[in-house]
Amino acid sequence: MNHKTDLLDGLIDRLRAGDTAALARAISLVDGNQQIGQVLHRRLRRDTGAANVIGITGPPGVGKSTLINSLLTKLRDRGDRVAVIAVDPSSPISGGAVLGDRTRMGHHTDDDGVFIRSISARGHLGGLSTSILQIVDLVDAAGWPIVILETVGAGQSETEIAEIADINVVLNAPGLGDDVQAIKAGILEIADVLVVNKADMPLAEATERQLKSMLKLRSFDQQQVPVLKTIANSTKGIDELLSATQEVAQQKFRDDKAQRRLFRSRRQVAQAAAEAQRRQILYREDPQLTQLIQQVAEGQIGVTEAVEQILTGNEGAKGSV
Amino acid sequence: MTTTLTSDRPPLRALITKIGLDGHDRGSRIVAAYLRDAGMEVIYTPPWQEISSVVALAMQEDVDLIGVSSLATDHLIIPDLMTALIEQNLQHVAVFVGGIIPDQERPLLESAGVKAIFGPGSQKEDIVACAQRLAQESQDAKFGALSGVAV
Ligand SMILES: Nc1nc2c(ncn2[C@@H]2O[C@H](COP(=O)(O)OP(=O)(O)OP(=O)(O)O)[C@@H](O)[C@H]2O)c(=O)[nH]1
Ligand SMILES: [Mg+2]
Repeated sequence: MNHKTDLLDGLIDRLRAGDTAALARAISLVDGNQQIGQVLHRRLRRDTGAANVIGITGPPGVGKSTLINSLLTKLRDRGDRVAVIAVDPSSPISGGAVLGDRTRMGHHTDDDGVFIRSISARGHLGGLSTSILQIVDLVDAAGWPIVILETVGAGQSETEIAEIADINVVLNAPGLGDDVQAIKAGILEIADVLVVNKADMPLAEATERQLKSMLKLRSFDQQQVPVLKTIANSTKGIDELLSATQEVAQQKFRDDKAQRRLFRSRRQVAQAAAEAQRRQILYREDPQLTQLIQQVAEGQIGVTEAVEQILTGNEGAKGSV
Repeated sequence: MTTTLTSDRPPLRALITKIGLDGHDRGSRIVAAYLRDAGMEVIYTPPWQEISSVVALAMQEDVDLIGVSSLATDHLIIPDLMTALIEQNLQHVAVFVGGIIPDQERPLLESAGVKAIFGPGSQKEDIVACAQRLAQESQDAKFGALSGVAV
């Protein structure tokens, strides 16, 4: 036991000191649903809060990985160290996956100032978002000041995506299906910055106009969301995108570590609670719960009402309003 | 045999790559697909990787297994890869090689620590079974060392 405790202490010390292998192993422990991963994460919590976590989200093929590659080049030119967490949807049948995002960031593999980790979206016990949030924390604790997170958005709700990153960049591109409809309304709502990528393609202007007019229909806050144009496989729009994300970070956190930690912790507890409740409701054999679900099935009470009863621990109180 | 979504065991992670000058990547693509279908998480690189890149990738992705494809003379630099892995404390990562390896050069690879070599005509089942066994050993060592630490 003592030997193992030493191993854990050693891993934590090395991670704090910025050792890449230690960080990579710590991520595996969380990603692999190992109990010890949870312990690690908790012990490192107070080391988190310094990193800016920028989420890059958008439909498949919109250019997320290519854009991240350009962001890496720009940030490295400025001397910033950057980590990337790329979440790839996995093959649902076998659970296996070819994790291909980092192929587009190949130029940066050999650079000590860049850390890239590919995560597959399959079976995380506490939910995918919970795992990602913890992994981001580990990278933060290891001293990476900027963490870029690539997510496709498949298998998660839009709000879940919003709860992972500190700053949400949502990508769209012309010619991805039905105009802007390719971007779901919900996903538009979580954006701190909107990007029309593939600005070199025909109809980019039209896509930009459509996005802007969609924003006009929303709340005042949303109308302030900048809409930028990029060509991800060039430098076009990259500087502007970085400035926009910096501005958002300033507004949201004012470089306050404790503020970020609180913000993230709240989201993590919310995520984990949602997942735990979901599992309970789906799989728990409980007469009271079954009765409640029956009432929903019979149309005696509504879904929202049932949820309220579960949350207040009142699911036995039949039909109470 | 496949890893199911409900399995307690995390998926095995493999890096499939090609070092050296030869650019024929059909073989490595096929093997990457085999391993994916067997439930592994596969990091796939284009050909022409530097040894230093392969080592950096293996470390950052914390893979259990590296598969190197060689059709020309690229396998002759695999001992350099093995040395570089050891230098970076990555000796727990199993390495297997696929492609055209002349019989007289096999000992060179084996003595450098390569765990298995698959020549032309190898069966999918054999490649997958071997890759899974090697990766599982490596993963067991990876997680086993820390499992059961007092909370
Ligand atoms: N013309 C043009 N092509 C682009 C641009 N950005 C990306 N592409 C191309 O779009 C394709 C998809 O790019 P990726 O970066 O892989 O897109 P992604 O969003 O990461 O894709 P997934 O991870 O599979 O969802 C590639 O062929 C890119 O070269 C751009 O600004 N203009
Ligand atoms: Mg991608």
